[in-house]
Amino acid sequence: MDLRIDGLCVTLNGQEIVRRLSLDVANGHVVGLVGPNGSGKSTALRCVYRALRPSSGTVWLGGGDLFALSLRESARTVAALTQESGSDLDFTVEEVVALGRTPHLRGNQPLSARERDLCRHAMERLDVAHLARRGVLELSGGERQRVLVARALVQEPRVLVLDEPTNHLDVRHQIELLSLLRGAGTTVLVVLHDLNLASAACDRIGVLSEGALVAAGTPAEVLTPPLIKEVFGVDAAVVPHPMTGDPQLLYTLLSPAPERGRR
Amino acid sequence: MRQVIPPPGEFRADPAEPPLQSRPRWPTTPLGTATTAVVLAAVLVVSAVLAIGLGTAVIGPHETVRYLWAAIGGGTIGADEVTRYQIIWQIRTPRVLLAAVVGAGLGVVGVAIQAMVRNALADPFILGVSSGASVGAVAVGVLGALTVFGVYAVSAGAFLGALGATLLVYLIAYSRVGVTPLRLVLTGVALSFGFQAIMSVVVYLVPGNEATSTVLFWTMGSFGAATWGSLPVVALVVLAGIVALRCFARSLDVMALGDETAASLGVDSDRLRRGLFVLTAVMTGAMVAVSGAIGFVGLVIPHIVRIVVGADHRRVLTIAPLVGAVFMVWVDLASRVLMAPRELPLGVITALIGVPVFITLMRRRGYLFGGR
Repeated sequence: MDLRIDGLCVTLNGQEIVRRLSLDVANGHVVGLVGPNGSGKSTALRCVYRALRPSSGTVWLGGGDLFALSLRESARTVAALTQESGSDLDFTVEEVVALGRTPHLRGNQPLSARERDLCRHAMERLDVAHLARRGVLELSGGERQRVLVARALVQEPRVLVLDEPTNHLDVRHQIELLSLLRGAGTTVLVVLHDLNLASAACDRIGVLSEGALVAAGTPAEVLTPPLIKEVFGVDAAVVPHPMTGDPQLLYTLLSPAPERGRR
Repeated sequence: MRQVIPPPGEFRADPAEPPLQSRPRWPTTPLGTATTAVVLAAVLVVSAVLAIGLGTAVIGPHETVRYLWAAIGGGTIGADEVTRYQIIWQIRTPRVLLAAVVGAGLGVVGVAIQAMVRNALADPFILGVSSGASVGAVAVGVLGALTVFGVYAVSAGAFLGALGATLLVYLIAYSRVGVTPLRLVLTGVALSFGFQAIMSVVVYLVPGNEATSTVLFWTMGSFGAATWGSLPVVALVVLAGIVALRCFARSLDVMALGDETAASLGVDSDRLRRGLFVLTAVMTGAMVAVSGAIGFVGLVIPHIVRIVVGADHRRVLTIAPLVGAVFMVWVDLASRVLMAPRELPLGVITALIGVPVFITLMRRRGYLFGGR
């Protein structure tokens, strides 16, 4: 299902956090959202998974207005991995994953056999099946993150929204997770900090700066040294990945401050 | 992806990792929870019969059951037994039933409040309900208001005071972004101090010790005022509240994952919190009006139950009312018999029993609420 962010504006406490953001995510595509801290990436995502109502503009979901749907209806289509990393209560891993079925169930209706299979499968895919009976509060940050991704998958979403999903993950699980997103066939909108991972994983990348979209296109179109310098304020050389050809960034550390070099 | 990467077991050599549990702990399975509930219900009935029989005048369980049976209409008693029958049926039975109802209610409201304000230290009185109730009760006592309610004027005053206090807390804590859990708790704690100050002023200014004993009753709690007349309303409110809360069990689970995650799962935490606020305020108000504010039960019972059956609210809300009821029946019995004929305040006993039980359970299992 395609997702179209259309002229999205968010003003919180008189501050414009997101300014007229428009971004298309075609059906089955993985689109990355990158930008420096505080550029409004997470706020924009919050609107897509319904934690926040935009001040103006809207989000189109397969041609329909997302905000015309009830919270439950949109939760059946859009699943999210938020920055909230855990739980107040010590649920077991399998209980948390099963909560992903909430929008599909009435009240306290128990999970069907198919749904339990779905949960088991998601836990296996995210490599947390061996933790199923453990409490989520005793897991490491990376393990917990994978549990939450499994919970989002169990929602059987057609659009998956992820806010820094690679947080806390070791390299192997970062690669596994992004490969999974690529192979899932779901429409994916993902905020990533690692530009090289974004380049490898995304069909298109949108670059946010101070709440506004400054560039959008394929990784090769977007990840150029001048843009990186302009948006992130760092010098980077861009080289093609020797095996995949994806643009990869090589950073150089900032030159030493003049005071230090004087003596 | 799975084919190229070896199974997780081969990477895990961490000796600190506990062995994998092949099946869930028994109390957390559906059959385990159901069995626990049935056993607890049986324990509750036996406890109630024993508690009705025990007191300054000890009446054996066999006789107790016979009197109860007679009262329901299934038997007869001799003329020489009328006094004992009166003690059983008119004094002790409503008292023990009230203890069970209030214990169940406090346990459940504790669960709901802790989920609502997202705080392990929250109890049913954290939002100013008990101090509001005391102000209401004392105001009625001193000003002679609400005479339309007859003998229940003080209870009505306490109920209205409780509701008024929670409404005030809500309005003050309310902001444009909704009611955040932390603001709610802070406002509740602050206003409680304010209400207590009002109470102290009243006690100080009004001559005689009636106001003092009223305050003591409402802050320490007692079932001494239980009658058949005061029981039905609170029983109905508490039972309906338990059923209603249990309907929202899964939503409470979802809310514990965080407000934003809840929204992404189709649960509007703000709306749910408002509903819980009204429900818990009415339940707590009804309980405080008949028994005063009995501390500690609403704080500890939820934790004890979670330690045994896990965090899932469907299980917790099934077991917590039963544990709360059994606990309270025995606490009330202890308050009547330990220093008879004087009665110990319930709050003293709930703390004396609850603290060691809680600490033992907490230390035995790695119990976590809101982090390490």
